[in-house]
Amino acid sequence: MSEPSTWQFCRRLLRRQLVLAFRRPIEIANPLLFFAIVVALFPLGLGPAPDRLAQFAPGILWIIALLANLLTSETVFRGDFEDGSLEQLLLAPQPLYLSVLAYIGAHWLVTGFLLSLVSPLFAVMLNLPVQAVATLIVSLLLGTAVLSLVGCIGAALTVGLKRGGMLISLLILPFYMPVLIFASNAVQNAVIGAAVGPQLAIIGAMLCLAVALAPFAIAAGLRISVDT
Amino acid sequence: MWSFFHKLGSPPWLYRISGSILRWLLPITLLALAGGVLWALLVTPVDFRQGNSYRIMYLHVPAAIVAMAGYYIMAIAGGISLIWKMKMADVAMKACAPVGAALTFLALVSGAVWGKPTWGTYWVWDARITSVLILFFLYLGVIALYEAYDNKEAASKACAVLSLVGMVNIPIIYKSVDWWYSLHQPASIKFTGNSTMDPSMLYPLLWMIVTFYALFACCVMMNMRAELLERGSRTRWVRDLATSGEVR
Repeated sequence: MSEPSTWQFCRRLLRRQLVLAFRRPIEIANPLLFFAIVVALFPLGLGPAPDRLAQFAPGILWIIALLANLLTSETVFRGDFEDGSLEQLLLAPQPLYLSVLAYIGAHWLVTGFLLSLVSPLFAVMLNLPVQAVATLIVSLLLGTAVLSLVGCIGAALTVGLKRGGMLISLLILPFYMPVLIFASNAVQNAVIGAAVGPQLAIIGAMLCLAVALAPFAIAAGLRISVDT
Repeated sequence: MWSFFHKLGSPPWLYRISGSILRWLLPITLLALAGGVLWALLVTPVDFRQGNSYRIMYLHVPAAIVAMAGYYIMAIAGGISLIWKMKMADVAMKACAPVGAALTFLALVSGAVWGKPTWGTYWVWDARITSVLILFFLYLGVIALYEAYDNKEAASKACAVLSLVGMVNIPIIYKSVDWWYSLHQPASIKFTGNSTMDPSMLYPLLWMIVTFYALFACCVMMNMRAELLERGSRTRWVRDLATSGEVR
């Protein structure tokens, strides 16, 4: 059997991750259910007044998306680390940069992408004005990709640790903050009808930066975790 | 020239040389700190608008500046230890984290204390304050990650990666006051052009900044020495030191 090209390798890796995810549908449903149940907590905590909920909806929706991403990113490398396939990946001749991107791509497709698609439903639940929904979806599509990339840095650094759960939030949340600032600001601007282009452009710039640099940090983190 | 560089990799040499530097640097720093505090509290004139409360600046500004610089030093030391596998660089990196975290905390608390009489509130969520808070979390993240690993060699590498990633934050903190509308005032000290501060207030501030750098260096060196002893607790040079009674 001939060796697959780098491109084929990454495509197969991506497909493998997606197949693995779809074999356990509950794992895909979990972030969405988490999203739904936390959305339900806010009217209980803040009171059900529709105008107040609408005022806080951009921030609330984004914070929940961020937490859903944080909770799932921890598991990206865990299974493969435990059964040893991560070690095989590090030994493979294909550049780790690209195979890491395949992992992140799969993670984003089953969390951030799906969240963005169902977010209008939650926006309606929180009474977010209709004119802001499109911005919410776009900001989630761009922003959750940044979150996945950054979250995987934390996942790579803590995958070898037995108690990574709380630690990863301390490591990663500081890096989530800039995304949260600009994304929720974009949605707020959309609510009042102001320009949203600049904020979305900045998130796009963050995405470019993260795609270019984060895989290096993730690759370094994985090597450290596997070597020990 | 190169022998100096190679000696940097030797724990006993580093321990000895840092000891002899600390012997004079530490007393001078403490004296300079006492002198600077007296200068700032007693000699400088009362501010025309803020009264005496502005004197917190003499603690706040140096702490904040050195907290940011300390992050760079930590990240650069981490980078050196990742790239050239220099053991002493990761001792330095590990030593920077708690000192930097303490200075960041001091900057935040002194800022809050000053903010109450001046802005009428302890805390505002403005760009610079928030990003300094993030800096504090970054420091804590590095410390927590280091403690989470049982294997300390892996811990240093992981912390080095994390601190390099965190370097993105530092330019954001530095420029936040210029980029975003903010309650926090822009920098008054400029290297080029005239500072917007009277020399009678500026000189003690510069004095305190230099002193804080020296204080940072002293604390880091003391941390490094402790770390060197701990790492080398099974080696002969530490045992010799301990039996000769030189380690107090």
